Amino acid sequence: MALLTTSLSTTGDRRARLTRDAIGVLVIAAFALVGYFLFPNNLALLTRITAIALLVLSLDLVTGYCGVATLGHAALFGAGAYGAGIAAAHFGITDPIAMLAVGIVSGAIAGLISGVVVLRAHGLPQLVLSIAIIHLAHEAANKASGWTGGSDGLAGIMPDAVFGLWQFDLWGRTAYVFGIVLLIVAFVILRQIVRSPFGMLCRGIRQDPVRVRAMGASVHGTLIKMYAISGAVAGAGGALNAISTQVVGLDSLSFTLSAEALVMLVLGGTGSLYGALIGTITFMWFEDVVSAANPFHWLTIVGALLIAVVLFAPKGLYGSVAAYFERRGRKGR
Amino acid sequence: MQTVFSIGVDALAYGMVLFVISIGLSVTMGLMRVVNLAHGAFAMIGGYIASYAARDLGLAYAFAVLIAVVGTILIAIPIERLLYRRIYGQPELTQVLMTIGITFCIIGIANYIFGPTLKTIPTPETLRQSVSLGFRTVSAHRLFVIACGLAVALGLWYFIERTAFGVKLRAAVDNAAMAAALGVKTQVVYAVSFAVAVGLAAFGGVVGAELLPIEPYYALRYMVTFLVVVSVGGAGSIPGALAACLLLGAIDTAGRYLMPEFGEFFFYLAVIAIVWIFPRGLAGRAK
Repeated sequence: MALLTTSLSTTGDRRARLTRDAIGVLVIAAFALVGYFLFPNNLALLTRITAIALLVLSLDLVTGYCGVATLGHAALFGAGAYGAGIAAAHFGITDPIAMLAVGIVSGAIAGLISGVVVLRAHGLPQLVLSIAIIHLAHEAANKASGWTGGSDGLAGIMPDAVFGLWQFDLWGRTAYVFGIVLLIVAFVILRQIVRSPFGMLCRGIRQDPVRVRAMGASVHGTLIKMYAISGAVAGAGGALNAISTQVVGLDSLSFTLSAEALVMLVLGGTGSLYGALIGTITFMWFEDVVSAANPFHWLTIVGALLIAVVLFAPKGLYGSVAAYFERRGRKGR
Repeated sequence: MQTVFSIGVDALAYGMVLFVISIGLSVTMGLMRVVNLAHGAFAMIGGYIASYAARDLGLAYAFAVLIAVVGTILIAIPIERLLYRRIYGQPELTQVLMTIGITFCIIGIANYIFGPTLKTIPTPETLRQSVSLGFRTVSAHRLFVIACGLAVALGLWYFIERTAFGVKLRAAVDNAAMAAALGVKTQVVYAVSFAVAVGLAAFGGVVGAELLPIEPYYALRYMVTFLVVVSVGGAGSIPGALAACLLLGAIDTAGRYLMPEFGEFFFYLAVIAIVWIFPRGLAGRAK
């Protein structure tokens, strides 16, 4: 049922949509529960997956819904992580909710700035601008070591208990639950956004920007708005990462993370929130298994995986399965 | 004065290496409209082959360069046939993913075969000396690199502007469908330009190995630099690419000499500024 949501959401009525969202939320919660009981000693990895899932969701907003190819999206994630980390380490804001808010705001600001820069050009120059942004952010964070800890990473982040009730424990249980709740809230909000007239406008821009402009809508303004929203989501992911690991490293602002996020998104399928989630889980789980077995071949396998996805499943895992069921559904009727 | 002079020579040599490697990328991107992120990987393959030929087999430098260029083209042909053919005319995201996948694979395989260490390419005695210019001495290798860059620029200019094949190439760049209708075999033009581009990348990778050292992550580390050069210069333009290489080479080298603690900060700042002002590149044409 959950697989059919995107294809039906344009026709279904409001109530049916809410039911489907409820099913989506239940599926995420069920996955989270299964993960909790299957890997009780590996909750740190599951929390990391949750944080990266927020990054990939946020990339999906820009790449999947608006058609902007970017290789610099980790800049927004890193902004959120460093924002929350610096607030805790330098300003003593250690309430996790407040840290999260700081992360979201810094992510949104970073999204606004990189949106303004990236949307200046099209095609290859656009890609180059996004790459330049992530490298610039990386160098700047490395240089400003007084604030960011440089290549040693920003340590000394000690978040308080959530609402003063749940202390962050050694096993990462609180962090995990915190992350899953955050992911579900973000998911529900994003479902509303992508279904709203604004979200439809974004899809229209991806398909034909000239026509949208002829309709009288502002292409540039809409994309910048979406970039800011995307930044807020990525910032939330970064803040979650800072809160759960209690350290922020330069790798959260790296080109590699940007490229990997894009790979995860495409693996799952662009233009669908479920695709982003499935891609993240598959990729991160795969990475954990393969790099534990043989770290040297990890890159070769990612490369081969990418080529295979482009050649055989250009819509991604979720997109291909959804298209298959849609075809079968049509035949059945 | 001493510093200014050595920065100048190094910047020129660095710019020329960038030019030799990325001009092929620029031409193929202008011609086939493929965002090829794997171009640096071909330069790296050239470097590895030359290193193997010159260091492990003990062949002469000139011979090693030749083997590297031919060998890289031979490796690239099946990749073009099997993989690139399928992404011509596809959306950018698809091209980016395919070519980044190829890059990752090549890095992984290079790491497996040659190991993670730096590979050197022994240069002949004559290139290791320094040459006196009367008032200053310069490393012969730098002069050799600059000469190679100039030779490639002149050769390409002649090839594209003065030969019959160049006419077909320019026609295909401007309007592939019309050129095909007029009897130009665009498939042949594509194949030859791809081979030339890969060969030049390999040549640049070998010649510039002292400035851009050969190691498995070469393909990823400099990929950005090559792309930046092409997009700053404007895809498909030789003068644009030359100007971009010299400009960015100068900014990068000066930044490294004068403010090494900032790393590549100024390089990327300059890139953003240039692309911001010229969204289509220095010599880019409006579509």
